Amino acid sequence: MDIWSHLIPEFSFEQVFVEPWTDLFDPFIWIFLMGLFVTAACGFLGTFIVWRRMALVGDAISHSVLPGLVIAFLLSQSRDTVPMFLGAVGAGVLTTGLIEVIHQKSRLKTDAALGIVFTTLFAIGVVLVSIYGDNVDLDTDCVLYGEIEHVTLEPLISVFGWFEAPGSVIRMGVVALLVISLVMLFYRPLVVSSFDPGLARSMGMNPALIHHALMSLLAIVVVSSFEAVGAVLVIAMLIFPGTTASLLSDRLPIILGLTLVIALIGAFLGMHVALWLDISTAGAISTVIFGMFLLAWALAPRRGLLWRAFR
Amino acid sequence: MNRRFGYGTVLSWARANASRWGLVVSFFLVCAFSADAARIGELEDTQFWEQAWRFVSLRDDVVRTALLGAVFLGISCGLLGSFIVVRKLSLFGDTLSHAVLPGVAIGYLVAGQKDPLAIFVGATVAGVLGTVMVNLIKKTTHIKEDSSLGMVLAGFYGVGIVLMNRIQKLPTGTQSGIDKFLFGQAAALSPTEVWMIAGVAIAAVLLVWGFYRQFLLGSFDVGFARALGLPAGVFHYVLMMLLAFTVVVSLQAVGAVLVSAMLVIPAASAYLLTDRMHRMLILASAFGVISGVLGAFFSFLGNSLPTGPLMVLAASTVFTLSFLFSPRHGLVSRWRKHRSREKRIQNENTLKAIYQVREASEFAGEGVKLSDLASRMRESEEETRARVEQLGAIGMCDLKEIEDEWFAFLNPDGWLRACAVVRNHRLWELYLTNQAEYEPDHVHDDAEVIEHVLGEETVRQLERLLDYPAEDPHGKLIPSLADLQRSLTREPREGRSSGYRMPNQ
Repeated sequence: MDIWSHLIPEFSFEQVFVEPWTDLFDPFIWIFLMGLFVTAACGFLGTFIVWRRMALVGDAISHSVLPGLVIAFLLSQSRDTVPMFLGAVGAGVLTTGLIEVIHQKSRLKTDAALGIVFTTLFAIGVVLVSIYGDNVDLDTDCVLYGEIEHVTLEPLISVFGWFEAPGSVIRMGVVALLVISLVMLFYRPLVVSSFDPGLARSMGMNPALIHHALMSLLAIVVVSSFEAVGAVLVIAMLIFPGTTASLLSDRLPIILGLTLVIALIGAFLGMHVALWLDISTAGAISTVIFGMFLLAWALAPRRGLLWRAFR
Repeated sequence: MNRRFGYGTVLSWARANASRWGLVVSFFLVCAFSADAARIGELEDTQFWEQAWRFVSLRDDVVRTALLGAVFLGISCGLLGSFIVVRKLSLFGDTLSHAVLPGVAIGYLVAGQKDPLAIFVGATVAGVLGTVMVNLIKKTTHIKEDSSLGMVLAGFYGVGIVLMNRIQKLPTGTQSGIDKFLFGQAAALSPTEVWMIAGVAIAAVLLVWGFYRQFLLGSFDVGFARALGLPAGVFHYVLMMLLAFTVVVSLQAVGAVLVSAMLVIPAASAYLLTDRMHRMLILASAFGVISGVLGAFFSFLGNSLPTGPLMVLAASTVFTLSFLFSPRHGLVSRWRKHRSREKRIQNENTLKAIYQVREASEFAGEGVKLSDLASRMRESEEETRARVEQLGAIGMCDLKEIEDEWFAFLNPDGWLRACAVVRNHRLWELYLTNQAEYEPDHVHDDAEVIEHVLGEETVRQLERLLDYPAEDPHGKLIPSLADLQRSLTREPREGRSSGYRMPNQ
């Protein structure tokens, strides 16, 4: 029984909910913002990914990004954004390419091809990390559940002299803004081609182009989220906000808005829970949004289990 | 907030330099990466070979335990993986393997230590819960299956990570060894765990062996299985339970993140090699064993590098080989087959052109002028020459120079083949016009393709159907079967109706 008493540390409201917003505002605001940006970007885009039944492609890409990052680091010997990004995007493209090749050139179905390609690439990545771990500065923690907390160690970069923020937070913020604005800008083609590719084609849109654009955007989001939340938890951020929101509403604009609200609540509660329990913030955020899904599943008006049981 | 958990130890395993390079080198050799070969000089031979010998000689208990675990694990993963691959449930294994993580943590917490049995029970319960939840989400909401798989995977995994983080914060947490459940460490297998792996493997083998027909029908044709009165649902659940057990007992050796690969990859390699389920099961188990042993070997050489990824890489190497070189479905053999077919078609087209040139001159003379042939095939004389030489190489024709002109002379074999191709072509054209009511000017392209693939049986059938015709829709003579057969006996052929003469007679 000794273990259980240690499992949940004492809860102090002062320390968990007040200090991050007062005395320790400076480090914690960055963790919060990073969590928010990651969850918002993933969730917003994820809504479409889920509709197009590409949820597990996101899983595959997020795993196979790892060897790309390690090889890019080993080749360039730096953690600069550009080589890292190129390596990761290269790995993403390689993944989708290999899946296609295996699917087309053999009689294996897509699911098996997916399962083979991403696990292999991920295994290569893990072995490389284990061998070169000391100099890669990417370790298995980061792979498994990310290290949002590391933003607090980064030097602040000044943005046009307006304000100062850690580089990765700025980067993730830009990605989140990019995703949201691109989705808003191409809202109609995206919606039409997601629901009815035939109609989209007859309206003069190019569903294949939209598909590839969405895949690239997915790769960008997954790659930039990788360091913060790791290879596996990206899926949580991609799938949960969209599906939870779709249990609550039928209207797409409202669903998209709700994903942002879910991201906000997830990042906020996740940060505080992580602080309280002294655990990985990414794990905490994904657990919180998982919990939100369970709540919505049980209690959502019209769609929820409870509602259906008493109707 | 600047923390580093016990996973830092993952890195500290890999610190003994000499054998590490040994591992790097052999690993890259196996994976056919030769980039690091230059570093072989840095390899400290003695320690590397010593370590390898220690493994092969099975002196240490650790090695024996790890090896035994890897062998049994390979068997059960290959066996059950085959079923999920043919049933298109590959990603289900992925979900299951991530979903058991919170169960592992809770099992650890309940037992207060790393007790294999408690962890087994916890993980199985979590796996079953995950499976049920996937089905429930699918049934009660509009959410599609792939998303519900992803949700259970990520949601359970997130909870698992939170619990694992907490366990490592416990006073006893850093020595818990629970971190090995993520990437696997075959050397950390305890004898109890090996017995559990062996138990699951034996149960899987016995069940699949005893109820092979039922499993087979349940995998390929559920409707038929039901019609026969077999409880297909029961076998589905038995399979799922076995799968969950396999994933759970494999955790310690392969790790939660990559168990699904051990299920899918050996089975997929076997799937490319055979069309029979029982052979696939045997091959997949064999591949599983090979990958497991190789993974354990390299992990041992590398001073406790995580075993899971190395096993997966060994399995992927096997897969790559079978993907490329499988006798029937392999990329290389298919490419070869394609090439030889292309070549045959090219040769047949040349033969046909020679026939047509001879036909245009009403079969006067025996040789065909190369320049006539070239203009018939609408290409330069060099190209035609190359084609004719290709025919010469397989003994179908000779190339001779007579009075500064090159002539191609068909040998009997070549002539037969040429007649047969032309015959196929013209019969098909006639069939299309007479029976399928095509316009005569629309049939040529179709016949151009089919002439190379018509078998003898089909030709006979066509002939019967068309009542042994003599002319094609364009009024040209069809070389008849009787002519072809007679030409084999090398009889002198004077005064025949179809009007061709064998050369070189």
